[in-house]
Amino acid sequence: MIDGRPDELHQQFEEVWGNPRGWRAATIVNHTRIGLLFLLTGLGFFIFGGLLAMLIRAQLALPDQTFMDADTYNQVFTMHGTVMMFLFAVPMMEGLAVYLIPKMLGARDLVFPRLSALGYWCYLFGGLILAASLFLELAPDAGWFMYTPLSSLPYSPGVNSDFWLLGITFVEISAVTAAVELVVAILRARAPGMTLQRMPLYAWYILTMAMMIVLGFPPLILGSILLELERAAGMAFFDVARGGDPILWQHLFWLFGHPEVYIIFLPAAGLVSTVLPVFARRPIVGYRWVVVAVLTTGFISFALWVHHMFTVGIPHLAQAFFSAASMLVAIPTGVQVFSWLATLWLGRPVYHVPMLWLFGFLVIFVAGGLTGVMLALVPFNWQVHDTQFVVAHLHYVLVGGMFFPLVAAVYYWLPHFSGRMPSARLGRWGFWLVFGGFNLTFLVMHWTGLLGMPRRAYTYAPGLGWDVPNLVSSIGSFIMAIGIATVLVDVLLHFRFGVRAAPNPWHADTLEWATRLPPAAYNFISLPTVDSRYPLWDQPELAKKMARGEQGLATVAHGRRETWGTDAVTGEVREIIHLPGNTWLPFAVALVLSVVCIGLLVKAYAVASFATVVAAILVLRWSWENGAHEESGIGVPVSAGDPPLHWRTHDGPGRWGMGVTLLADGALYAALLFGWFYLWTVAPQWQVPAQSPLDARGLLANALLLSAATLWLRRVLAALRRGSDKGLCGQLAAVAALGLLQSAHLLWLMYTSDLAPKGTAHDAVIAVVLGYALFHCVLAGIAIALQAWRVHYGYVDRAAPYEPIVLGQLWYYNLGVMWSAYVALVLFPSTWGGV
Amino acid sequence: MPLPSARPAAALSVQSMLPALVVPWLAACDGPQSILDPAGPAARGVTLLWWPMLIVATVVLVGVTAAWIVAMLRRPRDFSPEEAKRISRRWVVSGGILLPAASIVLLLGFGVPVGDRMLPRRGEAPLRIDVTARQWQWDVAYPGDGVVLVDELHLPAGRAVHIHVTSADVIHSFWVPRLGPKIDAVPGRTNVLRLQADEAGSLRGQCSEFCGTGHAHMVLKVHVHTEAGFSAWLTERAAAAHVGGKDPAGATPGGALPAPAAPGAARNPPRLVSGVAFLP
Repeated sequence: MIDGRPDELHQQFEEVWGNPRGWRAATIVNHTRIGLLFLLTGLGFFIFGGLLAMLIRAQLALPDQTFMDADTYNQVFTMHGTVMMFLFAVPMMEGLAVYLIPKMLGARDLVFPRLSALGYWCYLFGGLILAASLFLELAPDAGWFMYTPLSSLPYSPGVNSDFWLLGITFVEISAVTAAVELVVAILRARAPGMTLQRMPLYAWYILTMAMMIVLGFPPLILGSILLELERAAGMAFFDVARGGDPILWQHLFWLFGHPEVYIIFLPAAGLVSTVLPVFARRPIVGYRWVVVAVLTTGFISFALWVHHMFTVGIPHLAQAFFSAASMLVAIPTGVQVFSWLATLWLGRPVYHVPMLWLFGFLVIFVAGGLTGVMLALVPFNWQVHDTQFVVAHLHYVLVGGMFFPLVAAVYYWLPHFSGRMPSARLGRWGFWLVFGGFNLTFLVMHWTGLLGMPRRAYTYAPGLGWDVPNLVSSIGSFIMAIGIATVLVDVLLHFRFGVRAAPNPWHADTLEWATRLPPAAYNFISLPTVDSRYPLWDQPELAKKMARGEQGLATVAHGRRETWGTDAVTGEVREIIHLPGNTWLPFAVALVLSVVCIGLLVKAYAVASFATVVAAILVLRWSWENGAHEESGIGVPVSAGDPPLHWRTHDGPGRWGMGVTLLADGALYAALLFGWFYLWTVAPQWQVPAQSPLDARGLLANALLLSAATLWLRRVLAALRRGSDKGLCGQLAAVAALGLLQSAHLLWLMYTSDLAPKGTAHDAVIAVVLGYALFHCVLAGIAIALQAWRVHYGYVDRAAPYEPIVLGQLWYYNLGVMWSAYVALVLFPSTWGGV
Repeated sequence: MPLPSARPAAALSVQSMLPALVVPWLAACDGPQSILDPAGPAARGVTLLWWPMLIVATVVLVGVTAAWIVAMLRRPRDFSPEEAKRISRRWVVSGGILLPAASIVLLLGFGVPVGDRMLPRRGEAPLRIDVTARQWQWDVAYPGDGVVLVDELHLPAGRAVHIHVTSADVIHSFWVPRLGPKIDAVPGRTNVLRLQADEAGSLRGQCSEFCGTGHAHMVLKVHVHTEAGFSAWLTERAAAAHVGGKDPAGATPGGALPAPAAPGAARNPPRLVSGVAFLP
C-alpha cells in the first residue's frame, strides 16, 4: 500500500469523511467512531454494574450483615440488574454491530449515520441520568422488573421509580434507532454480489436481533409510558380498584423481557459463529442450519414470556403451552452448539486467547441452557422460581452466553481497535480467574437456591444452611472481579506494548479485515464486489484491489459520502446511497431530550413541554437537511454508468427505514390494544361505564376524513411515481391541510368527550389510544406540509420524488391505527354487550 | 430458629437409592427451607424430578465439554467434502435436534404428571385456610372458625389443605419450600394452592416475591399437628376467639374477626361447616 495513488485517494477521502477533533467531535456521525463510543461507554457502565455486584456479594457474604440496610440494598440490586441489562449488554452488542456490520458488508457506513449518533447520545445521557440517581440515593428500588403495584405511587412515592421509567425509556430510543438502521443496512447496503445466502452469519444474527428489538422493546416502552402516566398523571392502568390489573404490567414487561434474553444472546452467538471458524481454519458447518436456527430462535422467543410468570396463577393450559415452547428453544440452540462442535471437529483448530474464552462460553452457556430447560418444567419452576437458583441460572446464561463471547470478540478484534496484537500470558491468567471465580460464585448459588434462599432478600438469618454457600459465592465473585481487572489491564497494556498487527492477522474470511488497521473513517477506498460467502478466503487479491481503488465507488472528488445501495435479496446494485456528513443535530436533539427527561423527573412540566417543542423543531430541521438540500456535492453528477443517488429513486433506504420504524411503532400500538382486550377479559374489577364516553359517530366521521386525505395523497404519489409533478406543491399542501383539520377534529372529540382517565382503566386506555392516534396524525400532517414547502424550494420534484413516497407509509399506517381504534373502541364493546 | 427435622422415611429410602454421584451432596441437603428435604408429597415430587434432571444435565454437559476438548486437542485430519457433510449432518441432527427433542419429551412425560398431582383436586374436601399477605406480614385465617393468626400457620398432617392466597397491597409469594410449590399473592385475585404435610413438626416459609424493604424478614412459622392435635388446637383457638379474648398469637386489631382489606376473600362469622369454603 505504499503505492502513490492509494495515499492520494486516502487524502481525498479523509477530507470528506475525516473526523474533526476537539469539541467538534460531538458532531461525528461515522459508524466506526459511534461504535467505539458505544463500546467504551458500555465498558464504563459494565464496571459500574460490576461494582454494584461486589456490593451485593459483600452484603450477602455473612448472615445478618449490616453493611447495607434494606433500602440501600434494594437500590443496589435494582441498579445492578438495570445497568447490566439496559446500559451494558444491549448497547454493547449493538455498539459492536454498529462498528462491524458496515465493514463486514463491504460498505462505508450505516445508512442513517445521524440516527446512529442520536442513539449514542440518548444512551449516554439516559444512562448518566439513571446512574446519577444512585449517587443522589434516589435510585430505583423496586427491582429491575418494576412490578406493579410495588412500583406504583402508593408503595413507591419517591422519585425512584420515575428515574427508572423515564431513564430507561430514554435509553431505549437508542436501542430502537440502532436496531432500525442495522436492519436496513443489512438488507439494503451490502456489497454488490453479496446475496442473502452469501451474507456473513454475523449479519444474520444481527438482522434477527435487530428485528427482535424492533418488535420486543416497544411493549416495555408502552408499559413504562403507562406506568409513568399512572404515577404522574393519576391515570389508571395497573390499579385493581379502578379496573386495572398489575398482571398487565408483567405481561408487557416479559413480552419484552424474554426476547431481551435472546437479543443479548443471539449477537453473542453470532460472534462465536464468526470467530470460531476462523480459528478452526474452515467455514462453519451447516450455514443454512444455523441461519434457520437463528430465525427460529427469534420467532420462538416471542412465545415464551409467560414462563417468567408460572407462579402468578394463570390457567394451567397456558402454562403447559409456554412450558413446552420454552423447552423447544433448546432445539435451535442445540443445532448451533453442535454445528460449532462439528466445525472444530472437521477443522484444523489453532489456539489463541479468543478460543479460550469460546471454550468458557461453551461450558457455562450449555450449563445455563440445561438449567433453563429444567426451569421450563412447571412443577420444578414453582419450587425454585424467585430463588437463588434462578439467579445462578440467569448468570450462567447471560455471563456465559454474552460476556464470554464478548471478551473473545474483544481479543479477536483488538487489532482493529489498536492496530496491535493482544498478548497471550496475561490473557490466560484473566480467563482462568474469571472462569474459576464465576463457577465458584454461581455453581454454588444453585445449591443456595435449592436450600430455599429467595432472591432479592437483603440479608438472611444464620442457621438456615445458607451461610457457607453464600460465603463461597462471595469469595468466588471477588476472584472473578480480579480476573476481569486482569483482562482490562491486559487490554490496556496492549495499546502500548502490543506487537503491530499485519493485515488480516488472523487470516479471517470477512471483509472487515480488508480495512487499514485501525480503519479509516471511510472504511474502504473502493467497495468490493463479492462472489463468495468467504470473500477474503476465496478472493485472495480482493483486499489489495480494494485498497488500490480498483473496485467500486473509488472517487470522492464530488465531495459526497457515498456507499452502494443494493437489492435486499440479490445484492445487485440499485442506487448510490448519499450519506449525510457530520452535524450537531443528533447531539442537540439528545441534549434537549434529556432536558425533557429531567423536566418530567422533577415535575417541571413547563420546562419539559418547552423542551419537547424545541426537540420537535430540531428534528424537523434534521428532516429538512436531506436529499437535494444536502450541502456537499449536490451539483456534481454521478459518474457515467453509475446508478442514481438514492433520493432520485422511488425506493431508497429511507423507505425501508420508515417501514421498520413503523413496525416498531405498530408493535407498541399492538401492545396497547392487547392491554385493552386483556383488561376487558381479565382485570378482576373491570368497570365499563353505563354510557359510552365516546362520540361514536364523530369518531367514524374522523376516520372517514383521514381516509379521504390518505386516498388523495395516494393519487398524488401514484402520479409522482409515473413522473408527473403537476400541481404537486398545491396538492400536498391541501392534503396536509385536510390532515391537520382531521387532527383538530380528533382533538375536539377528545376534549368534548366524557372520558375520565383518572377514574377507570377503561377510560384511561381509550384516552391513550386516541392520544396515540392524534400524535401520529399531527406528525403526518406537519411532515406533508413540509414536503409541500420543499417542492416550493425545488428540493422535491419528479427528479427527486423520494421523500413524499417515504412519508406515504406513515399515512397508510395512521389510517390503520384510526380504523383499528374505531373497531376496538366502538365496535368491539358493542358486540360484547358493553357500550 | 432451630427446627426439628421432619424428614419422612419415604424420602430417605428414595435418596438411598440414588447413585454415588450425588451422595456427597446429600449431607448438605438438609435445611429448614431445603427443597431437597421434602416434608410433603408435592415437594417430594419435585425432588424426584430434580435428581434425574441433575444427572442427565451433568452427563450432557460433560459430554459436550469433552467433545469440544477432544476436537481442540486431537491431531487434525483431512476429510473429503462428502465425509465432512455426512459427519456434520450427523452431529447437527443427532446432537442438535434428536438429543434435545428426546430430552423434552422425557421431561414433559415425567414432569407434567408431577405438576398435575400438585393441583387442587375435584371431589376432595380439603381444609381451607385463607392467607392474606401484606407489607410485611402474613395474615392467616381459618374461615368458619374465626381464628386469625399473624406470621403463623397451623396445619394438620396427612390431609390436603387449600391455601387461598391473596394480597392486601403489593405482590408477595407464599412459599413453604419443604411442603411444595409457591404461589403469588396478587392484589385483586385469590390463588389456591394445595399442600399436604407428611407428619407433625415445624417448618419455615418465606415470602419469595420481592415486596419492598421488609421482604427479607417476611417469614412464616409453620406448625404441622397430628389430625387430632390440630382439631384440638383449632377448637381451643376458636373458643378463645368467640369469647372475644385476644388471640395470643395474632396481633390483628380487634382480635377474632378482622376486617380484611383483602378483596375476594369473603369471611363470614363462624359457620362451622367442616371448615370447607368456596370462593365467592
